[in-house]
Parts: sequence; C-alpha cells; structure tokens
Amino acid sequence: MNKKPILVIFPHPDDESFGVAGSLIQWSNQGIPVTYLCLTLGEMGRNMGSPIFATRETLPMHRKQELQEASRLAGIKDLRMMGYHDKTIEFEDKDALADVFIHVIHELNPQLVITFYPGYSVHPDHDACGAAVVRALEKLPSQDRPLLHCVGFSHNIVDDLGKPDVIRDVSDVIDQKLAVLAAHTSQTAPIIKELKQNPSLQERFKTEEFWTYSFDQ
Amino acid sequence: MKPIEQHLVQPLIDTFKNKQIYVHLETTNGAYATHTDQTFHSAGAFIRNAQVEFSQGKLTGEGPFRVGLKMELGWIYAEGLTDFEIDEKGRLLLAGHNREGKLAIALELSEHPF
Ligand SMILES: [Zn+2]
Repeated sequence: MNKKPILVIFPHPDDESFGVAGSLIQWSNQGIPVTYLCLTLGEMGRNMGSPIFATRETLPMHRKQELQEASRLAGIKDLRMMGYHDKTIEFEDKDALADVFIHVIHELNPQLVITFYPGYSVHPDHDACGAAVVRALEKLPSQDRPLLHCVGFSHNIVDDLGKPDVIRDVSDVIDQKLAVLAAHTSQTAPIIKELKQNPSLQERFKTEEFWTYSFDQ
Repeated sequence: MKPIEQHLVQPLIDTFKNKQIYVHLETTNGAYATHTDQTFHSAGAFIRNAQVEFSQGKLTGEGPFRVGLKMELGWIYAEGLTDFEIDEKGRLLLAGHNREGKLAIALELSEHPF
C-alpha cells in the first residue's frame, strides 16, 4: 500500500475496536498514518463498568480517557473527538455532517475511508454516520473520491449485499487488538474476561471484514 | 453510587423543592436489544436539561424505588431506581441498574444545567 493516510469515521468510542483495530495496527506498523474521527463520547452507554465505577455524568470522562488509550495502542496518531452527542447523529443535519467530513478529506487526501455500512449497522448512530460519509463522498468528483470500506453486522447484510469482498487476516496482531478492546474498560471488561476464559472465542476477532461501497448503485 | 435508602435520599430530594432546577431523565434498554432478540420491542427516552420546579417530591417503594415530583402543571415519574449519589457539583444522581449492572433508568436533579 502507498503511504497516503487512512481516515476512519465512527460514532462511538470502541466502534474501532471490534472490527477494525487489527487493520489499524497493521497499517500503523507499515507507517501509514491513520486519522480517527470519533463523533461522540458514548455519553448514553448503559455499561457503567463491571463492577460499576461510572455514573451517567462521569461516563463521558471515562470513555474519553479509554478512547485516547485505545487509540494510542492502535497506533492512531491523529484522534479527533468531534463533540456530537451519543444517540443524536441521525437527528443532525446530514449535509452539515457531510461537509465536516469533506473538509477533513480535503485536508488529508486519504487513500481509504472506513465507516459503517448505512442501513446494515444496527445502531441508528452507526447507520447515520455511514450515511453521512457516503453523502460526503458522493459530493466529491468521482476522480477525487477515496475508496470506501464499510463495516456492517445486521442479520440481513450478507443476504442483501453478499459476502464481504475485503477479508483481512489480523491474527499476527491479535494480542495488540485485544489490548485495544480491553482499553475500553467501562464497556468491554465482561467480554475480555470471557475471551480469557475461553480463548476459542478469540477466533472471530482474527479476521476483519469490509464491504467496498459502490457509488453507482 | 450507593444503594438507595429512604432516610438518606428523601431529604436530598427535598433540598431541590420549590426551586428552578434542571432535570435529566432517561430510560433505556440499549440499542442492541432487538438485534439480540428480534421479538424484543426496544423503547427508551431521554430528556436533558429540562427546566422545572416541583412543590412535592417523594421517594417510595421497598427497592427498586420510585420517585414522583409534583409540578404546577404535571408530574415527573421514575421507577426502577436502585442507587444514588450527590456528585462533586452537588447534583442528585439517581440510577436504576439491572442485574448485570447495566443502566436501565436515570433521574438526576441539579440547580445548574448539566
Ligand atoms: Zn457503536
């Protein structure tokens, strides 16, 4: 791959951990810079730590620190916390959001953008984030448009879109990836505990799957 | 947070009586409930920084607890509350955590905007 930057856009701290962190670690090992726009601080999350250590009011502060540590462990040098509020992305003006993304795309000239596949990503924030990224890229002339790889996990995604066309083996960096996941302590402590007790569950974290978004649909 | 006890929390509610205060009220079953169980009807709501005034506020129940705040023209109601805290900003945080420790409801009162 060339050394042009990769731009990752997700709404919640920890969205980058499950499906993308291994790829990010591999890219950073190859010297490819990654910029991560994280739209919210997951202010409305239900997990308060296990055992509970956060309140509704302190959760954003904890999640911000977790996000910074997770980004450091994933090799992300440019983390941008965008200041939107959890659960409200679908109620923001889609074009205004797209314009924010276009501004960053002009600044970075990325070779690849990564987000959620709109309509196939379960959480309304995920779908709205992906839809605004698609809108942003649609506004660019096709010759200036970076490649768009989408993550999705709704039950119907394979039926509708077919199998993911990009499948990346990240087993060589699995320990680092799990460390990124574990950095989101307030959200992931129970999962990390399970993964330690039953290492066979780690298998599904060793591949990362993406659907390349096609703009002529 | 600490488990709610009637004799500790009722006086705290009373300190917000007959004042212009700000409320955060929220219920949630999580954005993934229907993804996990397709028969589950996901429902939730939140309102943040609603400016209100109540003339009577009561904590009831044996745990989980209920709170009702009587306003001039209506009511604020919350059930399923289990834990409380006065935070460093003097705000009363009430929360209901389910068996797995996940937040199910929050009712918070503050003299200043959240
Ligand atoms: Zn998310």
